[in-house]
Amino acid sequence: MAAIETFYDVIRRQGVTRRSFTKFCSLTAASLGLGQSAAVQMAQALETKPRIPVIWMHGLECTCCSESFIRSAHPLAKDVVLSMISLDYDDTIMAAAGHQAEAILEETKEKYKGKYILAVEGNPPLNEGGMFCIDGGKPFVEKLKWMAEDAMAIIAWGACASWGCVQAAKPNPTQATPIDKVIKDKPIIKVPGCPPIAEVMTGVVTFVTTFGRLPELDRQGRPKMFYSQRIHDKCYRRPHFDAGQFVEEWDDEAARKGHCLYKMGCKGPTTYNACSTVRWNGGVSFPIQSGHGCIGCSEEDFWDKGSFYDRLTKINHFGIEHNADEVGLAAAAVVGGAVAVHAGVTAVKRITTKHEG
Amino acid sequence: MTEATQIHGVLDSHGEKAAELQSVYVYEAPVRIWHWVNAAAIVVLATTGYFIASPLPSTPGEASSQFLMGYIRFAHFSAGYVLAVALLMRIYWAFVGNEHAKQIFYLPVWDRKWLSGVLYEAGWYAFLVKQPKKYIGHNPLGHLVMHLFMLNLAFLVVTGFALYSEGAGRDSWQYKLFGWVFAIWPNSQDVHTWHHLAMWGVILFVIIHIYTAVREDIVSRQSLISSMISGERVFRDEADK
Repeated sequence: MAAIETFYDVIRRQGVTRRSFTKFCSLTAASLGLGQSAAVQMAQALETKPRIPVIWMHGLECTCCSESFIRSAHPLAKDVVLSMISLDYDDTIMAAAGHQAEAILEETKEKYKGKYILAVEGNPPLNEGGMFCIDGGKPFVEKLKWMAEDAMAIIAWGACASWGCVQAAKPNPTQATPIDKVIKDKPIIKVPGCPPIAEVMTGVVTFVTTFGRLPELDRQGRPKMFYSQRIHDKCYRRPHFDAGQFVEEWDDEAARKGHCLYKMGCKGPTTYNACSTVRWNGGVSFPIQSGHGCIGCSEEDFWDKGSFYDRLTKINHFGIEHNADEVGLAAAAVVGGAVAVHAGVTAVKRITTKHEG
Repeated sequence: MTEATQIHGVLDSHGEKAAELQSVYVYEAPVRIWHWVNAAAIVVLATTGYFIASPLPSTPGEASSQFLMGYIRFAHFSAGYVLAVALLMRIYWAFVGNEHAKQIFYLPVWDRKWLSGVLYEAGWYAFLVKQPKKYIGHNPLGHLVMHLFMLNLAFLVVTGFALYSEGAGRDSWQYKLFGWVFAIWPNSQDVHTWHHLAMWGVILFVIIHIYTAVREDIVSRQSLISSMISGERVFRDEADK
């Protein structure tokens, strides 16, 4: 492990020019919503500060976060971001294996006590003592707690680590639990999405490693720079929403014209993410641009919020699935019926008592 | 009924002296204004709210020449503001108004007489007791329902502003004041669902409210409907019957 090597040293050694380096700094600063001065600051930090080691662990997950991450089309991402974050441990993409790999964890924990970033992909299942996810012969939850002890901060990658995702969907037999419900005493950055956007991931890592502090987080613990607006707020189909022009069927004229997918159950209005601005695969497209509604993959429990194709959420608390309108209408019918019957009885009573009187 | 004032010498259509009526000034002007402003706002909010959740059929033509959904949402938000401001005014009036203005904001659960009153009124509606008791303000059961309605209304205002803050942005005062709602339901889809269910709660209330107001006006021989216009509650039976 390189001891006090800076990021700049590393990329220079790898043959990256200074021009590309400054370009990277300004682009990253821009993507983080920071100004020109931040680019200079960033360059300075990368030139002088020792690299912050990152330990990347995998719990119960599908590795889609890693798949997304390594496809970051951000300048220099392929070679540089990986070396820049000094990714000392990532069991799915590292060369070392077995005891050799595990030794790195111990070494980092000792040498960089309180200074390393713990990036967690997936989450620990807590049921049966954590035996549903065994990593290196131990339940993952133990490994997670052990590495979290001395970490500076934790990055919770993806919907799994942030909210629980599919493995935590009802009835959640393994009791898969998001990171913030297991680790309570460390700052946690949630980077939800299934997977998160590559540029968002590299952006968050760049921020933390260059400035040595966490980005500003919102109430849910997500970085404000990427998660403070809904898909809906920046959707290029928004004018069709405001105009009241909707796709009604998947194969109708409106679908071909690219009208709003609201009625097809698009979750854009309730989903906080950067898809409609940053987009995917190097800015090529994002789900709505491809003609399918947003499924809200970066939101809490999105698997348990009913169909991806319903506007109104199904509520499961009434035995059978119904949405708010069905529940409300049924209640209104019952109450309305009761009122009608009550009025009838009242009328009959009045007539009969008048006769008596 | 010590506040009751006797109305003397009123003549009926046959030129005979009508029964002496007792009438009490119950609902002060701000309460009455609030009631009708609130009612109007609820009609607009429920209608537009329904069409926000289940939009009307698509509009034809270019998006640039249409703004239907925008207008519907604008009406919803405007009516929401009207309702919220009216509610604030009503809360203010609970402090400075007469005792009837305070009634719906608390439940006297410590008062045994009130509790038995709730049961008695329930018995009246279940046709178990012959004569209703007369109250100057709300009867205990009505008081209970009215209080639940106020809680429902407050819930709608709070979740409504929380949802509004999503569009207004994270720097808005709406988010600063009401963003905590998303700490309870991190997925705003749930907030939408609860907001929507609460609308149906209001609709249920409206059905019951209008029915009982009309019914009591007739059966209990005390004014309810006109009281919300004039403020006077009239007890149609003779004073000393």
